[in-house]
Amino acid sequence: MSTLAEKILGAAAGEYVDRKVDRAYVHDGTGVLTLEAWKSMGASGLCDPSRLSVIFDHIVPANTGLTAMLQHELREFAASSFMHFSDIGSGICHQCMSEGIVLPGEVVVGADSHSCTLGAFGAFATGVGATDMAAIWMTGETWFRVPATIGIHLTGKLSGAAEAKDCALAYVNQLGMDGATYQALEFIGEGAGHCSIDERLVLCNLAVETGAKAGMFYADHVTAEYLRRFGAAAAEQVPEPCDYMQEITVDLADVVPLVALPPRVDTVKPVHDIAGLPIDQVFVGTCTNGRFSDLARFACIVKGNRVAVRTIVVPASRAVLAEAIRTGVLADIVEAGCVIGTPGCGPCLGTHAGVLGMGEVCLSTANRNFRNRMGVGAEIYLASVATAGASALEGEITEPEVP
Amino acid sequence: MRGKGKAVCLGADIDTDLVIAGRYLRTKDRGVWAAHVFEDLDPALARRLAGAVIVAGKNFGCGSSREQAAIALKEAGVIAVAAPVFARIFFRNAVNIGLPLIEADLSCMDGEPVAFDLEAGWVETGGRRKPVRPLSPRMLAILRAGGLVEYWREQR
Repeated sequence: MSTLAEKILGAAAGEYVDRKVDRAYVHDGTGVLTLEAWKSMGASGLCDPSRLSVIFDHIVPANTGLTAMLQHELREFAASSFMHFSDIGSGICHQCMSEGIVLPGEVVVGADSHSCTLGAFGAFATGVGATDMAAIWMTGETWFRVPATIGIHLTGKLSGAAEAKDCALAYVNQLGMDGATYQALEFIGEGAGHCSIDERLVLCNLAVETGAKAGMFYADHVTAEYLRRFGAAAAEQVPEPCDYMQEITVDLADVVPLVALPPRVDTVKPVHDIAGLPIDQVFVGTCTNGRFSDLARFACIVKGNRVAVRTIVVPASRAVLAEAIRTGVLADIVEAGCVIGTPGCGPCLGTHAGVLGMGEVCLSTANRNFRNRMGVGAEIYLASVATAGASALEGEITEPEVP
Repeated sequence: MRGKGKAVCLGADIDTDLVIAGRYLRTKDRGVWAAHVFEDLDPALARRLAGAVIVAGKNFGCGSSREQAAIALKEAGVIAVAAPVFARIFFRNAVNIGLPLIEADLSCMDGEPVAFDLEAGWVETGGRRKPVRPLSPRMLAILRAGGLVEYWREQR
């Protein structure tokens, strides 16, 4: 009997396989090098441009003339090559691919480490670098070593102010930053079935922070219902008994609001333990927590109040932004004193639009808090949207109230 | 796939942000990456990398998929990187740009000679020879070609 990764890749853990890639995407950061490598390979064409996407999300709009020039070159190429192209403001590549593009059972490769996010749909989704992607552009396939799998049993239901993000930090803490290197994570059990697609995307998003090459949920009626909204049909996947190399259990009912301390994602404490720590900035967004449900939850907390520190909110995609406008969520956020960024990655990667100064502290809903990532000498604490909302209002790390 | 160099010792869990910071990524000038490699870890390190074999702790190259991390090391003159286990995207990236990786748990003394033969499967440092976790035949072929670009040029 097989794990989901074994089933999709069609071989047993440990075997090397060549597989057709159903969806491949790059962003403005990795796309530039991909194009360079593809040209250097002497390729005469693209294997199947209908399966390839270029999505501008990392520095949008361009911050310097040089960035603008690099983006110009990639934009022109994408247009001339008939790939799918999403220009600035479309959103984060993983989010765009999650809006009805990626389907259960597909092999999905993104030139970005957080491509594992899309395992939420029961796809085998993983990140590669630029040169691997160039070869995929040319041949339409790539090699994989089929990963062994760690089974993460989710039991119970989230309660109180805890969110999927807190659960994600809990399992990263349990496994550690290299606890799943070369392996896949499978989220299983009745708790997994209770998770919405947005929650599954969060849990799969942080898989790479344990070193995993993929984080996966089995497609079920929740998946099918979500994809139906985009006019896509999806067959459900039924788990079968299989050999996990390790199994851990997270009882969702036990999860409390957590925070990852700089500079490691796996150093996690209850928010309660560091409540009162002064912050300079709050950042809500990214491929972890920039979806409409996140913005709506954040708006509920700050509505009718004023944030006490500068607070940057970046919707994960144009669709998210549009829904936030339509529903009044955006007005609540703006009227509370927050700044809205262009749909995309925002300041997460430390290049623009909200980087911090020396000695400053940011509470962020993102997935990485590495040293200097969002500014030289600045520190990043990672937490949930609810913790971000409560902390923004107080100007210090604050335990969220039960909604 | 043989080589030798002098050891530069580093700790565990060195992420690719530390290898090359995000603020230096927006260029195609490889010299920029080499000049700023490890800047946030130790700004003096870049000058010690010519002819070096980096001997790192576990999980080297974790985090971002930025291939500039592997390119920066190669451009700075690094001969190879050794670690007990590598983060997997960095693992593929390094091989794809022709930077040899030695998967082995080594004790490290700065400046000590390190020699390796990946096809024969050994690494030698401090007068002791240790086995290396073997690369797949495909990865060895890519390394032998000098990287994935060169590999595909040969295939075509």
